[in-house]
Amino acid sequence: MTGHPPKKPPILELRNVGKTYQVKQGLFGKARPLTAVNDVSLSLSRGEVLGLVGESGCGKSTLAKILLGLEAPTTGQVLVDGQEIGDQDRLSLARRIQPIFQDPYSSLNPRKSIFDIVSLPLRVHGIGDRTQWEKQVREILDIVGLPARVMNTYPSQMSGGQRQRVAIARALIMKPEIVICDEPTSALDVSVQSQILNLLGELRREFGLTYLFISHDLAVVEHLASRVAVMYLGRIVEEADVAGLFDHARHPYTQALLQSVLTPEPGLGVPDTQLGMAYPNPIDPPSGCRFHPRCPLATDHCKSHAPRPIRTEQGLVECHLYDPESQMYKNEAA
Amino acid sequence: MEKPLLSVRNLTIDIPVGGGTLHAVRGIDFDLNRGETLCIVGESGSGKSLTSLAVMGLLSKTIRRTADRMDFDGTDLTRATPRTMRALRGARMAMIFQEPMTSLNPAYTIGDQLTEALLLHKPVGREAARARAIELLEKVGITAAESRLSQYPHQLSGGLRQRVMIAMALMCEPELIIADEPTTALDVTIQAQILRLLYDLGREMNMAMILITHDLGVVARVADKVAVMYAGELVETGPAAEVFNMPSHPYTRGLLRCIPLPGKTERGSKLGTIPGIVPSLVGDVQGCAFRTRCSYAEAACHGDIPRQGSGGHAFRCIHEDGNRHFEEAIA
Repeated sequence: MTGHPPKKPPILELRNVGKTYQVKQGLFGKARPLTAVNDVSLSLSRGEVLGLVGESGCGKSTLAKILLGLEAPTTGQVLVDGQEIGDQDRLSLARRIQPIFQDPYSSLNPRKSIFDIVSLPLRVHGIGDRTQWEKQVREILDIVGLPARVMNTYPSQMSGGQRQRVAIARALIMKPEIVICDEPTSALDVSVQSQILNLLGELRREFGLTYLFISHDLAVVEHLASRVAVMYLGRIVEEADVAGLFDHARHPYTQALLQSVLTPEPGLGVPDTQLGMAYPNPIDPPSGCRFHPRCPLATDHCKSHAPRPIRTEQGLVECHLYDPESQMYKNEAA
Repeated sequence: MEKPLLSVRNLTIDIPVGGGTLHAVRGIDFDLNRGETLCIVGESGSGKSLTSLAVMGLLSKTIRRTADRMDFDGTDLTRATPRTMRALRGARMAMIFQEPMTSLNPAYTIGDQLTEALLLHKPVGREAARARAIELLEKVGITAAESRLSQYPHQLSGGLRQRVMIAMALMCEPELIIADEPTTALDVTIQAQILRLLYDLGREMNMAMILITHDLGVVARVADKVAVMYAGELVETGPAAEVFNMPSHPYTRGLLRCIPLPGKTERGSKLGTIPGIVPSLVGDVQGCAFRTRCSYAEAACHGDIPRQGSGGHAFRCIHEDGNRHFEEAIA
């Protein structure tokens, strides 16, 4: 059920979104611009799971904040169901888009009971009264696989997996359409991670949810996502459906990322990705193609010329090797 | 047979807590030869970090450590004085911690921190120590090594800091390195590079390494030997290829089923899970600790659990081959 009809209007759309921060270096240093998100266009159709992968500092979390309305983009537009986010008030946006964060230890208020935490969205939106809240909390806890008796306990009395279920319950109690999952399982143990991934998969099917699934774990992304976008230094450098990306990665960065996945298969050894090691400083991005200092295939052309996004039916890729007008174009139909 | 560099028998760690004693590690045995990599794999709270701290003699005073034997190249670690341990640590056995952000001192330069152990343990001068530091920084792949010596930890990225930690551990050419989740805080691309580096350096210097991790992918790729730890016990040990190809303890098999395998696990299918939670280890702990989550648990699992297996591949379970064949037959 990973296929999605092609021409449904997107439920969430980013049009040339950019976010620039002014960063001071040192106490008296002059502020310099840091482009965290650079001209990103993405769209999500209803019911699909878009995986967003990339190294720390590439801008994935900034993008998530923009989608949640927690940060305003410097340029471009974010549209939910064709309506711009900026035109909607925070509350109505929160009914449609909800987050699940990485660390269930810091994202739940330790002084509030589970009932308070999960029912908070209902109270903020002024929906129903106490008996209705209790009924709804009971229902949603059941859906995420927690017994109703946890309502009166506190986060400190729960395990990491249970806390993440609470975070999911809180995100879903308003029946949102879109859930932004920012590394939802990376703080969890392996046996708990698989439970949460199964739960997220079931909830998506049951409620027709749309996920933006941010993760650095490519094996998890491959398992859950229907489409994948790869981000590097604020730009989407490749985007394709999950089979295309994992079977025929095109961008050299995507290829290196895929090679770095360590599957539990003994005897294969640790791969040599041939990636230059240093992730560049986003305040001082490299000239030309931003990936060129680490790219094993880079030439002088890459140092001086930024590649343009190439969109084909295989998806999007931003690399001179795939630009028919570039001198580096290699005509591989693969 | 070569005499192992490190030999541990019946290591037990008890922690006094409010309501009694927490039996955090219970009777674990392992041997490690020179040049060999042992991976201890387990989930949080399984006791894997405590085990490594026990070997290094770094447990806090309130924690009780006992062992029938803990022998490091002829030195009995169970009787070693603090002075002996200090002479060993940093010089002959070194540790790499998980968080490169917190385990470097922010107030000292990289150079000071790198040369400290060498100046302490070996009769070398400042110049020689500096030269060694530069040599090792280059070896771990840090460019402009000389200029890094005067930098402070906050001026380096996470990946670079972890490399500095590794270089620091290698300063005195230790015979044993214990790395506790050395790549968990890093990006996947950096993780692969750091693991490769550790692996190559280990081979080059004939170092023994204990690598502690929760990541079965890492284990499969770098381990010679694997020790699977659950709730304070080693439930399965053996050569990496055997443990992964013939996982015999139900817990080991359960863990392997939890991870999606690119190209093998069907996309979007349900992943395996291990229901239930880790039991409390406070008070009297008897029988198999995994029985509360095991689908084959029966009354006999409350009693003494035999150790089975042959040829270095061992596991603790009352069921013959941990019901592996049974499972394969119904699959």
